[in-house]
Amino acid sequence: MKVDWKSTLWPGGDPRVPGLALLLALLGIAMIYSAGHVEVPSVATGAWRKQLIWLGMALVAFVVVSRIPLRWLDWASVWMYAASIVLLVVVLLIGRGPNTRSWLYVGPIGMQPAEFAKLSTILLLSRTLSSYQESIGRLSQLIRPVLIVLLPFSLVALQPDLGSSMVFGAILIAGLFWAGIPLATLFMLVSPGISLLLGFSPLVWGVWFVALAVFLYLYRPYAAEGILVLLANVAGGALTLPLWRSLAPYQQNRLIVFLDPTVDPRGAGWHLIQSKVAIGSGGWYGQGFTQGPQKRLAFLPEQHTDFIFSVVGEELGFLGVTIFLLLLVWFLHRVLAVARAAEDPFPSLVVFCLFAVWLVHVIINVGMTVGLMPITGLPLPFLSYGGSFLLMLFVGLAIVSRASAEA
Amino acid sequence: MAAEGLLLGVFALLGLVFFRLQVLRSSTFELRSQENRLRAITVPAPRGTIYDRHGRIIAENVPGYSISLLPGSSDTLRATLDRLASYLHLSEAEREVLLAKHARFPNQPLVVRDDASFAEVSAIEERRPEFPRAVVEMRPRRHYPAARAIAHLVGYVGEISEVELQRPKYLGYDPGRIVGKDGIERQYEATLGGVPGVRFVEVNALGSIVGDFGPRPAIEVRPGTDLTIGLDLALQQYVDSIFPEGMRGGVVALDPSSGDVLVLYSHPTFDPNAFIGGIDVGLWRSLRDDPAHPLLNRVSTASYPPGSIFKLIVAAAGMADGKLSISSYMPTACGGGLAYGNRFFRCWKPGGHGLLSLADAIQESCNVYFYQAGMRVGLDDLLAAATRYGFHDPTGIDLPYETSGVFPSSREWFDERYGTRGWTQSVVLNLSIGQGENQQSLLRMAQFYSALATGGSPVVPHIVRSEGLAGRRATWELDLTEARRRQLVAALTAVVNEPGGTAYPYRSTRWRIAGKTGTAQNPQGLPHSWFVGFAPPEDPEIVIAAIVEFGHPDNQVSLAVPYGIGIVERYLDSLYPEVPFRREARVEEPPAAAAGIDEAEAVLDRGVSDGDTP
Repeated sequence: MKVDWKSTLWPGGDPRVPGLALLLALLGIAMIYSAGHVEVPSVATGAWRKQLIWLGMALVAFVVVSRIPLRWLDWASVWMYAASIVLLVVVLLIGRGPNTRSWLYVGPIGMQPAEFAKLSTILLLSRTLSSYQESIGRLSQLIRPVLIVLLPFSLVALQPDLGSSMVFGAILIAGLFWAGIPLATLFMLVSPGISLLLGFSPLVWGVWFVALAVFLYLYRPYAAEGILVLLANVAGGALTLPLWRSLAPYQQNRLIVFLDPTVDPRGAGWHLIQSKVAIGSGGWYGQGFTQGPQKRLAFLPEQHTDFIFSVVGEELGFLGVTIFLLLLVWFLHRVLAVARAAEDPFPSLVVFCLFAVWLVHVIINVGMTVGLMPITGLPLPFLSYGGSFLLMLFVGLAIVSRASAEA
Repeated sequence: MAAEGLLLGVFALLGLVFFRLQVLRSSTFELRSQENRLRAITVPAPRGTIYDRHGRIIAENVPGYSISLLPGSSDTLRATLDRLASYLHLSEAEREVLLAKHARFPNQPLVVRDDASFAEVSAIEERRPEFPRAVVEMRPRRHYPAARAIAHLVGYVGEISEVELQRPKYLGYDPGRIVGKDGIERQYEATLGGVPGVRFVEVNALGSIVGDFGPRPAIEVRPGTDLTIGLDLALQQYVDSIFPEGMRGGVVALDPSSGDVLVLYSHPTFDPNAFIGGIDVGLWRSLRDDPAHPLLNRVSTASYPPGSIFKLIVAAAGMADGKLSISSYMPTACGGGLAYGNRFFRCWKPGGHGLLSLADAIQESCNVYFYQAGMRVGLDDLLAAATRYGFHDPTGIDLPYETSGVFPSSREWFDERYGTRGWTQSVVLNLSIGQGENQQSLLRMAQFYSALATGGSPVVPHIVRSEGLAGRRATWELDLTEARRRQLVAALTAVVNEPGGTAYPYRSTRWRIAGKTGTAQNPQGLPHSWFVGFAPPEDPEIVIAAIVEFGHPDNQVSLAVPYGIGIVERYLDSLYPEVPFRREARVEEPPAAAAGIDEAEAVLDRGVSDGDTP
């Protein structure tokens, strides 16, 4: 019997999506290889081999998952969501890891349930949003989508994993946005979060609250909605300080340092300062592949995971950074095109949410290396070392390719 | 199209931020990256070697090891020190001292051990990964082969103190540098010290050295300059070996023509090698608190009542003024003392010396004669003469901490101290025999006797042989005619060589030596024993001043005299090894000291002396 290898391995659709992904993953392994070239003993040395093995497994997962029709995923999403919630509870109980309880270990293999939860939450959210027949205009219609995201969000925040919970927020906003919810409604939804941020200063919060009231008066939503939004904002502002105190000290530090890295140059500010020094000293063309002194002499922390892009900046310079950013933006742009091209709302929503998650990962990770974003443990897609992350990336990619093929 | 716009906008923003960081501010960050990993490590300069007049080594460098820690946070350093403590035997107190030092110089490598033993170095090297910040360096270590014999002369070296760092003399010196702390090492720091070099190394984030930093070349070390000193090391060691058992004191010997210090020895002494690499606290305390003061340089830093050796100043002052001649007699013969005012001033010889000329009075060291001679010179003229002969100034030897002694400068000096009515003319009696308000260093007395030995301006004693110092003369001169000076020399020769002379019992069988003994009363205990002299009398090659504290227990024993004479003999023996029975060979006509008594009486009657008349 002759096997049609092409149709077995290749789901069809836009070949640039998996092609760019594979190229980025291979370049990422090259960077992990370089990250292992340090003059002090480091876990990064030899990590590239493990990542290569993970890439092989990710490609297998890609082939398998891309065979699954999207209808099946639509149907299975409730069960997957339930499973991921169970895993998130389990990881809270028996999880391990530095600073956060975010890793589950099965023998020597570790995985982060949050990665799986991101995918299953996207699937269930997309299923829910795509089931609405009419367009969404009322806040009450948002209760279910918000709850779907709020549950994993809270469990992840309890770990506490600030970066991943931010990603869940992004999933919700992206899903609602793509589902066509009016921007004004989205604004009302997000406004308590803004109150939460502004609550540090009663004066600033007061100004914000008055502006919000004026907006509500002009926009004229249902009275109940308006009152709810105002109450939520009051609650947000009032919760700021208790919430801040409930953060772990290292998280507080990271946020403070994000605002001013010089407050603690040898502690929490160290990461950011050293990352900027590494990137800045790269210049136009960089210090050369594997040659970066900041990385080589271990001044750059987490050089194969969180700060892999700083290695790109130091060793390949602005030129290398530009090439990597262009490849990433090209890839994300193709994913966005798939979301647009999908005819059914479910695949379109799923692909757009995946796009949003990856975009947020890129923005937060690359942004933190230059101080645009607070330092969170969010990995950079395709480049950062991390097996389960790479695996889930290619599972998501398989869904995108399937959606592209089914369109 | 909002999503596409957002995507492109976000990436454009990221691109701009990277452009600003990597292109516009690249040089700033490149510098920061260098600061991160670049460390300057000081390479100490080897100090100059010090040689004696015959090329024998006084101070040299031997290979040694230092252990220091690269700068870091105080917590890191504290933890490292605690772990190092058991291998380097660091006490809690020593660690606190080191941490305090680090707090003051946080960017300098912290020197933990200046002089690590081989065992300590290997203990660290075996545990290299445990101590990434530790730097073990080979650095030259000071060594003094003659050890105790030359301690006060050569001094010692040690890590520069914080007080010293503030001084302009040490401008540009970094903490941790080894500098001379005393003696020649201190005096000639600028010459001996050299200029340390700098090595630039790359360190990793843990602070351990990865290797040399290529782009920045090292600054070469400039080794210190060697020095040759006028000392005779063999003689110095001999001086050390024959110092009277259990006593304290000191000796200095000069070449009266060049000013070379031939011997400079103080006892009790110490081993300067014990100071290298940081002296043990217990040993330091015992040296500091020892009642015998072993660290004190008794030659140039201490001063003593000069006693009878000061009588020659009175004689010289009187002869210079014409108030005394070598054959002058005094109105009162010595009967064991002199009544003056309501006090009785004793002579050392209870039975008395009878009637003496100046020459005899010097030979027999009669106090009663010099009480009267002092009064004849008068207080004002005696004070003026002492001032003229430099007794208020240090000699200017090239050693640190030279004392200028104590001697009244004028009547006002007494007024200030005791009030106008608090003192009487009788002070001149005490001053005339070297007692009272009179404290002089051995060096000062040696210089005065060197003036007696050579005439004119005496040499300025100096340790290091150099163009500028050799043969340098003092600003004052002995204002005696050559004939009168020779008369004094003859009297001094009689002290040692003629029966009745106070040093006669200790005379040399081989050499004619001129000199003067001294017995200095002091409030601390038994009298100090002095000997100051020179030889040969006519053409002196050596001037010596020796003191043995409390070395004059009775009239029969005067420890400094045989000691000083023995040193002179030894030196002349070494200069003229071929001359047998040298005493006979070099004996000249008896000096003209024994002038006729009639003539002397006539001079006394006239009240004016003229020693030049035969």
